[in-house]
Amino acid sequence: MRDSRRTRLILALLLLTAFTLITLDYRAHGGGVFGSIRRTASSLFGPVERAAADVVRPVRHAVEAVGSIGSNHKKLQDAQKTISQLQQKLRGQPFDQHRVDELNKLLRVSSVGQYKLVPAQVIGVGAGNGFEWTATIDAGSMDGLKPNMTVLDGDGLVGRTTIVGKSTSTVLLAIDPEFHVGVRLADGQTGVVTGRQKADMSLELIDPAARVKPGDGLVTQGSADQQPFVWGVPVGSVVTASSPLAGQVQTGTLKPFVNFSALDLVGVVVQPPRTDPRQALLQSPVPTVTVTATVTATPTSVSSGTPSGNALGPTRSTSPSRSSKPSSKPTSTPQVTPPPPAAPAGSP
Amino acid sequence: MARVGQVALVVVLVLLADLVDSVVLAPLNFPGSPPNVVVLVVAALALVFGPIGGAFTGFFAGLAVDVLPPADHLVGRYALVLCLVGYVVGLLHEEARDSVLLALISVAVAAGIATVLYGVLGGVLGDDRVGANALLTSLPYSIVYDVLLAPFVVPWVMSLARRLQPQVVHK
Repeated sequence: MRDSRRTRLILALLLLTAFTLITLDYRAHGGGVFGSIRRTASSLFGPVERAAADVVRPVRHAVEAVGSIGSNHKKLQDAQKTISQLQQKLRGQPFDQHRVDELNKLLRVSSVGQYKLVPAQVIGVGAGNGFEWTATIDAGSMDGLKPNMTVLDGDGLVGRTTIVGKSTSTVLLAIDPEFHVGVRLADGQTGVVTGRQKADMSLELIDPAARVKPGDGLVTQGSADQQPFVWGVPVGSVVTASSPLAGQVQTGTLKPFVNFSALDLVGVVVQPPRTDPRQALLQSPVPTVTVTATVTATPTSVSSGTPSGNALGPTRSTSPSRSSKPSSKPTSTPQVTPPPPAAPAGSP
Repeated sequence: MARVGQVALVVVLVLLADLVDSVVLAPLNFPGSPPNVVVLVVAALALVFGPIGGAFTGFFAGLAVDVLPPADHLVGRYALVLCLVGYVVGLLHEEARDSVLLALISVAVAAGIATVLYGVLGGVLGDDRVGANALLTSLPYSIVYDVLLAPFVVPWVMSLARRLQPQVVHK
């Protein structure tokens, strides 16, 4: 028996069911029953994913150092240098230092931009046959996350949250073609940036009179009510810009500041700054400034929950607040809060 | 009936494959598109279960991929794709019983169908992410990766699945 009427009937029924599901979900726009199914799936499967990621991460870091050699020769030499450096580092204090650096960068962003962040670890990346650019992070509604919040890292805009489970959430990355964000230039002109997967992002200005030139840095414009995007987050620098005729809108391409092939520690903006940081994050020098920010654990914002439920994994062990008191507060989520406005880097 | 065992096997293998896809393989950032272990598992199971079992396996595996994080597409899309993959590969199950080559070919076919169908479906549904260009670049990668991974996945899955249905073999 290879193929019979009954077989084909069953196949047709299954395909019809799938079509029906697609149609229903399409009409519900990601809400309704399917929304709650996704949230439940995220809550159930998220912890599993996180546990797996914790096991896999050291291996992944090692393979990444080799795997990112790429095809061209120049990269190869750089990578070899990096590998030898990495090998030296590996013997000493390997990944902790990296994490501290990432956390420091986040602190800087939080202090200069006055964002209130919840740090999170990227634990999974969307497969989607290479079409879909999403990631799972290990923070969820228990940590105060909601859908449509800005996600950033020490370098700039990473994406926005879409589905938020209890302890994990899905992030739509800024390089996904369905990702659009309003940006602002130094002179106040605005534009729209769209992800183009591994290629540079595309930029389209709004005002026909506005002009950009290669090298210009762009920051997020900020959405209405600061959702999904808060203002002032660096997005990328202009690589190419078209030279339009008078009256035509200028377009161009943008290289994102964030390295999307090595996403690690990110921050979710749970509270936008009261005032627009404008270009502050573009101009301030990078890590040489010692940030006077303090990391304060604010357990009030976290509903009790299970101790393992909202743990940030290895991230937490490096946070300064924890090092003084080893395991006294297992349920507190460290929120990176901006320092008082007197911080040196924040003053105009 | 060995049905319960089969269903349990499908559930465990599909969840495991999805975990491997999203936690292990996708973050490694392979050039082109990432490998898809779920497709491999569906193909391997279909080679044992035949067209009907393959279609059911594919349908539910796809549904899992549609719903589990970090998926961000319409529910039912992968279900439809993998259902067809399971069916088509299932049609080969008698021939592929003793032929390694045919099993490999069917895996390649499965990977190809999955990518093309998923892409085309995206085009029909107005998904901005999928263009003809993206599809053509990702197609060879997904086939090559899955064929390369097949020897590590398919034999194990097939022998596990065979062990659970000894009486159906002589048909």
